[in-house]
Amino acid sequence: MNNILEVENLNVSFNGDKVLDGLSFNLKEKENLVIVGPNGAGKTVLLKALLGIVPFKGGIKWTKDVKISYVPQKFFPAKEIPLSVEEFFNFKHAAVKEIERWLKSVGLNDFSILKKRLGKVSAGQFQRIMIAWSLIDKPDVLLFDEPTSGIDVGGEETIYNLLARIEKEVNLTIILITHDLSVVYKLADNVLCLNKKLICYGLPQQTLTAESLHQLYGEEINIYKHDHD
Amino acid sequence: MTMTDSQFIFSLITGIFVGGAAGYLGSLMVAKRMALVGDALGHVALPGVALALLYNINVVIGALATLFIGILLIWLFKTKTELYMEALVGVVFAVSLAFAFLILSHEELEEALIGDITKVGGWETLISIVLVLAIFYIVRKIFPKMILATLSEDLAMSQKINVRKYDFIYLMVVGIIVALGIKVTGSLLIGALVVIPPAAARNFSRTLRQYSYAGMVIGAISCLLGIMIYKIVGLPAGPIIILTSAAIFLISLIFRRK
Repeated sequence: MNNILEVENLNVSFNGDKVLDGLSFNLKEKENLVIVGPNGAGKTVLLKALLGIVPFKGGIKWTKDVKISYVPQKFFPAKEIPLSVEEFFNFKHAAVKEIERWLKSVGLNDFSILKKRLGKVSAGQFQRIMIAWSLIDKPDVLLFDEPTSGIDVGGEETIYNLLARIEKEVNLTIILITHDLSVVYKLADNVLCLNKKLICYGLPQQTLTAESLHQLYGEEINIYKHDHD
Repeated sequence: MTMTDSQFIFSLITGIFVGGAAGYLGSLMVAKRMALVGDALGHVALPGVALALLYNINVVIGALATLFIGILLIWLFKTKTELYMEALVGVVFAVSLAFAFLILSHEELEEALIGDITKVGGWETLISIVLVLAIFYIVRKIFPKMILATLSEDLAMSQKINVRKYDFIYLMVVGIIVALGIKVTGSLLIGALVVIPPAAARNFSRTLRQYSYAGMVIGAISCLLGIMIYKIVGLPAGPIIILTSAAIFLISLIFRRK
């Protein structure tokens, strides 16, 4: 398979502080990449650089005419804006049939939600709506910045199972940031450990070793393990 | 003050169009939490109004000139500094006010501050209509993009929306409506004309569409009723228009939707 993304010596600085330092990696078509790393490691900045919405130095090469969708981190619609769910989808000029198909696909079978105000739906419903919204114009790549884990999305299905299921249906490349290491095994073809520099990259089973995790999280990893005792 | 029937018709038409556009654009401003920018820009227009009165040219043209300079300064400061838009607007608005008070006499100051719709002529009415239609067309175009950018600037940018460009267009349109509104309510009250109708509309609207069009209708009705009350009672039109819209706001509270 061909590379959909080639990153070479990517550097991002804000006011002289290096946020990303010399990152290089490739991603093949239809492969899922999960990015892990401690707080302040530059994970979100990496996604924004890949989107081209922050200034960077170095090379980011997507395949020609690639279509990218993005779900930002901790994004909740302002409650005071009277925007209906349907109108939110209209920003993408989607036909009603398409909207309903995607709502179904993310497990929202009651279409009366379209008439509801976007600021009034539950956090779980909103996350499903965002996934439908970002996939409705058939992107090749989905960039997802930290789906809120532990959020009640309704039913047994977690947001990650949902992504894994949809990913198989539409054959999509997903790049996802998470704090939850268990997600890596569920979704990732490759894992990228980031702490300003690239700490490790590769198949999850081979890459996420005790040493690489220690290198990535430092002292934090002890806390992490302790939590699971 | 008396006015002829044709003057009354002109002022009525200008009021309805400008009020409607102010309510419509105002709905975007309120959604963007920039409700007080209209107020501040009303004052930025004052030195232009002052110079226009001094040299006997149309006050709308004078207002547009200083608004254009003021907005350009605000926008440039915004890109050069890390100050909030509000602080920058505050700086420019205070300086403008100082200039206006230096130039204007007491009587002219009153006209500039609360407006005088009876002075609207045929040509001015026509120009107002054309500008209002242009504003309506532009705002309708930029509305969804600006709302998306309000929800999340990153999300909007990922959709290849040039947020800075739209911010600039938006500010310019606000400048034009403020300049037009100076004739209707004066610079002191133009801020109310862009805030109160959307605030009322917000109370009973469930969708963006209902909200923005209701803002437009309430703005137009406020001006219509306000100018008619002025014709009958003789109290200054500007303040009456604002009080009318405030009355509609109070009524809207009854029909509030959660």
